[in-house]
Amino acid sequence: MYTQALNANAEAGERTLEDAGLAARFQERIDAEERIEPNDWMPAAYRKTLTRQISQHAHSEIVGMLPEGNWITRAPSLRRKAALLAKVQDECGHGLYLYAAAETLGASREELVDQMLSGKAKYSSIFNYPTLTWADIGAIGWLVDGAAIMNQIPLCRCSYGPYARAMIRVCKEESFHQRQGYEIMVTLAKGMAEQKEMAQDALNRWWWPCLMMFGPPDAASEHSDASTRWKIKRFSNDELRQKFVDATVPQAHYLGLTLPDPDLVFDEATGHWRYGAIDWEEFKQVLAGNGPCNRDRLAARRKAHDDGAWVREAAQAFAEKRRAAKHAAQAA
Amino acid sequence: MAEGSIKVAETPLVRYLLRRADDALILGHRLSEWCGHAPMMEEDMALANMGLDLIGQARTLYTYAAEVEAAGHDEDAYAYRRDVRGYGNLLLVEQPNGDFARTMVRQFFYSAFMDPYWRALMASPDATLAAIAAKAEKESAYHLRHSAEWVIRLGDGTDESHRRAAEAVAHLWAFTGEMFEADAGERALIADGVVPDPESLRAPWRAAIADVLAQATLAVPEGGWMQKGGRSGAHSEHLGHLLSDLQYMQRAFPGARW
Amino acid sequence: MATPPTPLWEVFIRSRNGLAHKHVGSLHAADATLALQAARDLYTRRGEGLSIWVVPSNAITASDPADKGMMFEPAESKIYRHPTFYEVPDEVGHM
Repeated sequence: MYTQALNANAEAGERTLEDAGLAARFQERIDAEERIEPNDWMPAAYRKTLTRQISQHAHSEIVGMLPEGNWITRAPSLRRKAALLAKVQDECGHGLYLYAAAETLGASREELVDQMLSGKAKYSSIFNYPTLTWADIGAIGWLVDGAAIMNQIPLCRCSYGPYARAMIRVCKEESFHQRQGYEIMVTLAKGMAEQKEMAQDALNRWWWPCLMMFGPPDAASEHSDASTRWKIKRFSNDELRQKFVDATVPQAHYLGLTLPDPDLVFDEATGHWRYGAIDWEEFKQVLAGNGPCNRDRLAARRKAHDDGAWVREAAQAFAEKRRAAKHAAQAA
Repeated sequence: MAEGSIKVAETPLVRYLLRRADDALILGHRLSEWCGHAPMMEEDMALANMGLDLIGQARTLYTYAAEVEAAGHDEDAYAYRRDVRGYGNLLLVEQPNGDFARTMVRQFFYSAFMDPYWRALMASPDATLAAIAAKAEKESAYHLRHSAEWVIRLGDGTDESHRRAAEAVAHLWAFTGEMFEADAGERALIADGVVPDPESLRAPWRAAIADVLAQATLAVPEGGWMQKGGRSGAHSEHLGHLLSDLQYMQRAFPGARW
Repeated sequence: MATPPTPLWEVFIRSRNGLAHKHVGSLHAADATLALQAARDLYTRRGEGLSIWVVPSNAITASDPADKGMMFEPAESKIYRHPTFYEVPDEVGHM
């Protein structure tokens, strides 16, 4: 569902003893909009940045299954239940496409997953907020997926071939996710007073965390330079955030809902919606592990991993036995 | 607008359709509980796919029941506004997921019955039933293959997986007898040639079970007492909790549309 | 003892009859049967496929990008292998 601008350490300043000629040739290829493929030479920092970004993106998809998964068993109609299960399943699929892309850079899935389970690797801050009512499922589809799309569409043109291809597939599949969410919101907004209240409450709780999804403001962001130069990132955090606000505010108005920002105002001169100050301290705290659900999310993923260990071992043991039996039969 | 539980005008065909739909919905719901928690992400995909197939089957069966009953009910009225006693699913499908072995053995026992059952139902003179069966058969054939492959791997994997698989077979065995039962209403449908006799599937079911369990190095349980009651609404305690999850929204906001 | 990593498989899908299998990505599975089922569940949820191949990733031998020059450039100058190299009078029509 989402990759966040979390690559806090600047890679650009890294000193490596790489061949200057190779590095220059690499940058020429990037500048010419050529795609880089797994076996091609690439600077170590490019590989590291991408491995981290793609795996964080994958972790976000997988952890992102949990808040929405929280409502699959309680979805209010069979149609909604099927759609939500299919959507959460898609998130899992997207996580898998992304792990596959990350593995082309030389990291193993096991390694990457361990980094997430140990709390070392990050995932999108948005999934550390709880889904309290059914309207949260609408809000996530509409806002979180809406924000994700803003971010993911440019990634379809990312310089790294396997990542770009995974994103094309993800974007194609995700086109139903945001519509699914907005349809839920429309139904609530047109429903009984309690339903409309539920929708407004969900918007109130998800709006600011969604704006934080785009990462720190450009002025505070240290890492964009290298990612931009390498054409991994094509728009700045603030540019994407502005795009999202401009697209979303009229959609909220259509629903008859109020955005929880008293400073929100349309700027005639620029044609953009100007929004109020984002609470970056909250963002920092959530990233640091202090969001309302960080511990629960990690605990759920660890439990699935630990409880499943005997199943994975069984599958491997069986495969090993069959291989041995086949060899024995061939030898005989 | 009616609130609370609905009253179903149960003809034999309506009751028949609701029972099969309930089987599919409850098992689909159980599988959906795994979403995000499976032993490996690849299996998360598989469990959700099977769950979606089953929920889809439930929806078409409920929709047909609504058409036959012609009392203004729809799929959601049946799913969300009948209480435990009104549900007619098998005890087998409402059993909690337990560990992955329980889930896969449950799926295997059920699919090994339903796949030939749907195939037989494809010959029904009731064109709607035959069409529902034709679609469901392809799905259950895959569920059978997938669950059988896992039962074999768990049974013949490690000592631990063998122990867990054997425990799952022993635990769930007592819930398999109910699949072959038919009450007087269903007997009438069988006599008219509208639906197959589940009893006729007992021997092929046993043969399929014996074949897979042998590959899994697991023993087929012999005889033993068979639990029943699901078909007449006498469920285990588990179903009520499942329904309080499933029906929460419709019960908390009567009359709302979602 | 730690479980060894689950083997990696490359997945190829034929989307329609008449088309070749095309690489779509990879997945992890303990054996070929599970890999095939996982490929079905992961890569054909929207009716993308009619046929699937799974191949152990370590069974693929790839050309080295560093050899690109000697591997592929010699073919570029052989323009006489293309029909447009040859001139046919307009009066003759399409050939």
